[in-house]
Amino acid sequence: MNKHFAPSGLSRRSFLVLSAGTGIGLTLAAGDISAAEPGSFTANAFVAIGTDGKVTVTVKHLEMGQGVATGLPVLVAEELEVDPAAIRVKFAPADAKLYNNLFWGPSQGTGGSTATANSWEQLRKAGAAAREMLIEAAARRLKVDRATLTARNGEIVHGPSGRRLSYGALVADAAKLAPPADPPLKAVADFRLIGTSGIRRGDSKTKNDGTALYGGDIRLPGMVTAVVARPPVFGATLKTLDRTAALRVAGVVAVVPISSGVAVVGDDFWAAQQGRAALKLDWTLPAERPSSETIRADFAHLLDQPGMIARHDGDGAAALSQGVKRLSAVYEVPYLAHAPMEPLSCVVRLSKARCEIWAGSQLQTLDQALAAKAAGLKPEQVEINTLYAGGSFGRRANPTSDYIVEGVEVAKAVGAPVRLIWTREDDIAGGYYRPLFVHGFDAALDAAGAPLAWHHRIVGQSILAGGPFAAMIKDGIDVTSVEGAANLPYAIHHLQVELHSPKLPVPVLWWRSVGSSHTAFATECFLDELAQAGGKDPLELRRALLAGHPRHLGVLELAVAKAGWGNPLPAGTGRGLAVHECFNSVVAQVAEVTIGPKGEIKVDRVVCAVDCGVAVTPDVIRAQMEGGIAFGLSAALLGEITLKDGAAVQSNFHDYRCLRMSEMPRVEVHIVPSTAAPTGVGEPGVPPIAPAVCNAIFAVTGKRIRRLPIGNTVPS
Amino acid sequence: MISLIVNGERHKVDADPDMPLLWVLRDHLGLDGTKYGCGEGVCGACTILVDGEAMRSCTLPVGELAGRAITTIQGLDSAIGKALFAAWAEVDVPQCGYCQPGQILSAAALLRHTPKPSDTDIDTAMDGNLCRCGTYARIRAAIHLAAGRLATGPLGGGK
Repeated sequence: MNKHFAPSGLSRRSFLVLSAGTGIGLTLAAGDISAAEPGSFTANAFVAIGTDGKVTVTVKHLEMGQGVATGLPVLVAEELEVDPAAIRVKFAPADAKLYNNLFWGPSQGTGGSTATANSWEQLRKAGAAAREMLIEAAARRLKVDRATLTARNGEIVHGPSGRRLSYGALVADAAKLAPPADPPLKAVADFRLIGTSGIRRGDSKTKNDGTALYGGDIRLPGMVTAVVARPPVFGATLKTLDRTAALRVAGVVAVVPISSGVAVVGDDFWAAQQGRAALKLDWTLPAERPSSETIRADFAHLLDQPGMIARHDGDGAAALSQGVKRLSAVYEVPYLAHAPMEPLSCVVRLSKARCEIWAGSQLQTLDQALAAKAAGLKPEQVEINTLYAGGSFGRRANPTSDYIVEGVEVAKAVGAPVRLIWTREDDIAGGYYRPLFVHGFDAALDAAGAPLAWHHRIVGQSILAGGPFAAMIKDGIDVTSVEGAANLPYAIHHLQVELHSPKLPVPVLWWRSVGSSHTAFATECFLDELAQAGGKDPLELRRALLAGHPRHLGVLELAVAKAGWGNPLPAGTGRGLAVHECFNSVVAQVAEVTIGPKGEIKVDRVVCAVDCGVAVTPDVIRAQMEGGIAFGLSAALLGEITLKDGAAVQSNFHDYRCLRMSEMPRVEVHIVPSTAAPTGVGEPGVPPIAPAVCNAIFAVTGKRIRRLPIGNTVPS
Repeated sequence: MISLIVNGERHKVDADPDMPLLWVLRDHLGLDGTKYGCGEGVCGACTILVDGEAMRSCTLPVGELAGRAITTIQGLDSAIGKALFAAWAEVDVPQCGYCQPGQILSAAALLRHTPKPSDTDIDTAMDGNLCRCGTYARIRAAIHLAAGRLATGPLGGGK
């Protein structure tokens, strides 16, 4: 055995060695995810109850901050009649059948703001089925009619006699019963937990005190750490590798070429990092090395050419000549990195017939399949232990499972458990960006100043093309490029939306709110331009054009009422409005912005209204709106990846700037009461903030912002 | 061997003196509550206290820290620390949670010098701690809550 892999070489460190049942970070208990407690009652794939009455809920989704580990157990608790604060949460093992995302399937994964929506019936039924089995067990035990029994607060109560049986006392009997096929569910009016504001996050404590486990926090005996030197330019390939100097670095144990680059493996991160810096690498550069500047120019040319038709209403663009006033504008957004606070990391332990992975895995069954391929195993031989993710915003849900596959390849090469870490520089330069988009508009107003025709051309790379999600492309149209634009809600008689999807060697990916991250900016700003050109108030125009969209109108009216739309503001301060639907939720935001004497932009206040159906955990929804606004504002003001000669110019948070405390506005969130099934909340808070802020800047300065990021001052 | 005092305990560490404290804490002492975010001292995820002052452990060479009192999130047990943990939980600050240990330690250093911070004080003290989930407003609220409790509660006196 290589001396560097011997346990003695590691004993100088104080390790948190992971073993079955080690439950650091309350919910994780990594390593024993499938072990049922002896005597416990496993009602179904989601609910288990111990002899002590303790309920365990299995969460099939990744907790990346959006609150699924809090909200999903509430769905179970509501029907099971238990205190959600006492529920133990486990993250599910990868299983496309048991833990399928019901909106995608068959595959397990988190994204598209689907976690609550696709679990809404499934988890209430899981809780209800367990409840019905406990009631049946109690009826048999007490020899009474089950109609005389009710479940309440972890007990089955016999009404006539007042006798009570705890769930724990019934689990042995309940376990022998067949689960009911279609257990009855409560009416919305009978909810006791869902929609109440007293439910607290279950993961606060361990996340605050530093004991919650993320990918980089897993320690295994004999584990080594790897970092990877990847191509300096997208599409470059390794020509020569001189590993001499790297291997001389103290603590470096191996240098191994893998499919994405060259991995440097060390006793610890610092050794691996130093070793990587000492590598001598020569790369063959590709002929095509695009720069943002040339991409924007090329895309602008495409705006003059007909694209694929994504929507055609009335006479479409042909009606432009029928108006009395024409207006056109071009809107642009840059590439963006997701930059979650936790750079990508994973831990992999590989043996002949088994591969164990610990990571904040977002597409568990895809990660499992691609890890199996890399390991030369079958998917069922790969165990995914999902941990907390320190953010993702889409980055972890990528079609190649990049960081997972790298971990497996290194583990295979070195024959030891591997912790693979991306540095922040790797993250910022590593691609899978929100694509750069250019939007061209041409519109006509009628004699009354109302929009008559709307022609919208969109140019940007396809996220879906060429990967495992390509089947989502319909008639050549990548829905993720046109969402938010092709379904424009406004009543404009002649409407045409077109798409160009040019191919470029830059990996692109969904970024929190996906297409809506740019289509909302473009459409809601251009609509404001039409309002101004037609002599109409931006709110009145939206009201008029949204008559057939009650949910849009609902959030609009709520937001403007709470914001005091129309009330006087101090000089230098203005309001802007935007409303947008994505992931089946509708959000309106009113931004109040003050412009300083030198053009300094200060977003003072944002009033947000959201209609997301039943609000399962209102405080989590408020948090997602607050966070979505911060994330969207960060991109609107500061976010930009600039490509030069095929590589990112930015490298870390000093030049890929993100919103900081002093730039955070006051945010007020209002939730529209609803009895409809829940819809998404993780992403819909993001899209309206950029146009709301830009429209507010216009209200103060008369200047239209048509290109993001804006910067900290109004561009001259 | 470098002698370190971390969370009140003495440790002898066999490490390159240039190695940043962050990686000594994580990889040698197993104190994984201190997080890696940027490696250049601009995101605050790795914040620790050195003699009570908030510092970025990702850019602090371990060789310069012999004999200094280092406090990580896993050793923050002062009255201020307890008040901050309670307030953070009460306001439900975290989302992904990855930046929060660093945020709490920056807040602990703030309250040590400024027991009743204004919003501007908070902005100034906390601007070096990034949160991509956007929990800033709740962090601000939690700091005010903790400050208020420390001033009036049984642990009060503003210390």
